[in-house]
Amino acid sequence: MNAKGTVHKFGDNVDTDVIIPARYLNTASHKELAAHCMEDIDKEFVNKVKDGDIMVAEKNFGCGSSREHAPIAIKASGISCVIASTFARIFYRNSINIGLPILECDEAAKDIKEGDIVSVNFDTGVITNETTGKTYQAEPFPEFIQNIIKKGGLINSIM
Amino acid sequence: MGMTMSQKILAAHAGLPQVKAGQLIEAKLDMVLGNDVTSPVAINVFEENNATSVFDNTKIAMIMDHFTPNKDIKAATQVKQVREFANKYDIKNYKDVGQMGIEHALLPEQGLVGPGCLCIGADSHTCTYGALGAFSTGVGSTDMAAGMISGKAWFKVPSAIKFELVGKPQGYVSGKDVILHIIGKIGVDGALYKSMEFCGEGLQYLNIDDRLCIANMAIEAGAKNGIFPVDDITREYCNGRYQGTPVEYTADEDAEYDETYVIDLSKLKPTVAYPHLPENTKTVDEIGETEVKIDQVVIGSCTNGRISDLRAAAEILKDKKIAKNVRCIIFPGTQQIWLQAMHEGLFDIFIEAGAVVSTPTCGPCLGGHMGILAAGEKAVSTTNRNFVGRMGHIDSEIYLASPAVAAASAVTGYITDPARL
Repeated sequence: MNAKGTVHKFGDNVDTDVIIPARYLNTASHKELAAHCMEDIDKEFVNKVKDGDIMVAEKNFGCGSSREHAPIAIKASGISCVIASTFARIFYRNSINIGLPILECDEAAKDIKEGDIVSVNFDTGVITNETTGKTYQAEPFPEFIQNIIKKGGLINSIM
Repeated sequence: MGMTMSQKILAAHAGLPQVKAGQLIEAKLDMVLGNDVTSPVAINVFEENNATSVFDNTKIAMIMDHFTPNKDIKAATQVKQVREFANKYDIKNYKDVGQMGIEHALLPEQGLVGPGCLCIGADSHTCTYGALGAFSTGVGSTDMAAGMISGKAWFKVPSAIKFELVGKPQGYVSGKDVILHIIGKIGVDGALYKSMEFCGEGLQYLNIDDRLCIANMAIEAGAKNGIFPVDDITREYCNGRYQGTPVEYTADEDAEYDETYVIDLSKLKPTVAYPHLPENTKTVDEIGETEVKIDQVVIGSCTNGRISDLRAAAEILKDKKIAKNVRCIIFPGTQQIWLQAMHEGLFDIFIEAGAVVSTPTCGPCLGGHMGILAAGEKAVSTTNRNFVGRMGHIDSEIYLASPAVAAASAVTGYITDPARL
């Protein structure tokens, strides 16, 4: 599985309140959540994002609330993959559980810039910045988690 | 090699004699929690996957606390969906308006969590129950759905940071100041993926409400859980209350910790977290008397909505008036706390001071309802997060503090050291 797209770049400690503000949590509709994705950090995000685009951020991405609405909003907005230096742990778990591909790679997260074209090979964890030609190796998932992903998410892996 | 408290609880629930940091395990759950925001997503997952039964209808709690009493039609629709699910599967601990409280005040109070239990909750502040010697952690809605179906969850066994608390807190220093101090020291990702284990002789000076407040904010340092050893204070609180069988775990002498911090409680001062991260801390004596002019004070939440918190606020507000142009909104955590506060006469103090008292709800803490901020407004709040836009407009600001600091600030209209009043 691979992804390739234009990068939307964010900094440290992007919290779930800016990913999807609580005022929109009175619905579980993926489409409605996507319409407000990143609204409190970048009002134009929903107008700029295209299917397959890639989100890159620095440390502690997704900190704060346990709301699964956050990775759902990102995935439903069209983002194909999130790369960060580190992820907050509940966001990390939720992303795996709902099938939003995420990769931890500090070097890539720091180097890659807004608007770069980046491709990702999920099998090898290799991230390529097509704009600069530079490649990075992300931390591979433990086998246990790879199995959840291969089975199509947590629920499929237990049913 | 020895195990930490958290590792021992995980090992016991995974049926393993030993676990080590980094190991991936599957463990049996004693409690699965959701609220009116996260349960609907879990129910959708449950139903989309054609699940037909829950693992144990006594070990699931669904607490309608975030947007209740229903703030709008969409919120009402979400609660209705959860209520119908709870009725269909006879979920014993479904709590709606009238029985509900703020989930992390309610579950300990009702004895649904206790020493040695393993709990997951689709709410990040589920880590609160570590105060009782439980392993308890926040997860998402899909984990909640999987937990409801199978009674199990997967965990990566965490390593731990030890916080040895020594000395006796002085003056107005409370549990909130202890945890804000720690987050200020280690940062909002200082305990990422790890356990925060609290120990030391200083624990004897922290009552159960202080401990619940400290464990509650472990997530604000990125931690997987916060946990306290079980002592007489815990036993006194849980005896006759906890519906399960309490099991007391202690960390092994040779347990490994990534780091150890010694925190001298006697040196701490009331502490405030400035916008927009809980790590941006200052002690109140570093803040100028008219440095931060405020528009609103919120006292309550899963962090500081317990009886000790309300008493601390009342002590300050007695025979005082809320400053002009400041709204002071008080949220008791549960119906029981509400009644107790009323019987103790705290509401007379609050109302006479010019504050308002709400029914229990998460309300403004997450910008839901009941106290939303306009652009440019500033609030002192006893809640747990001061992220951009958390309580309303993205150009509003939240300063996190203890009930004593919040109440003192309500009186002066500026962030104020209660000792200065």
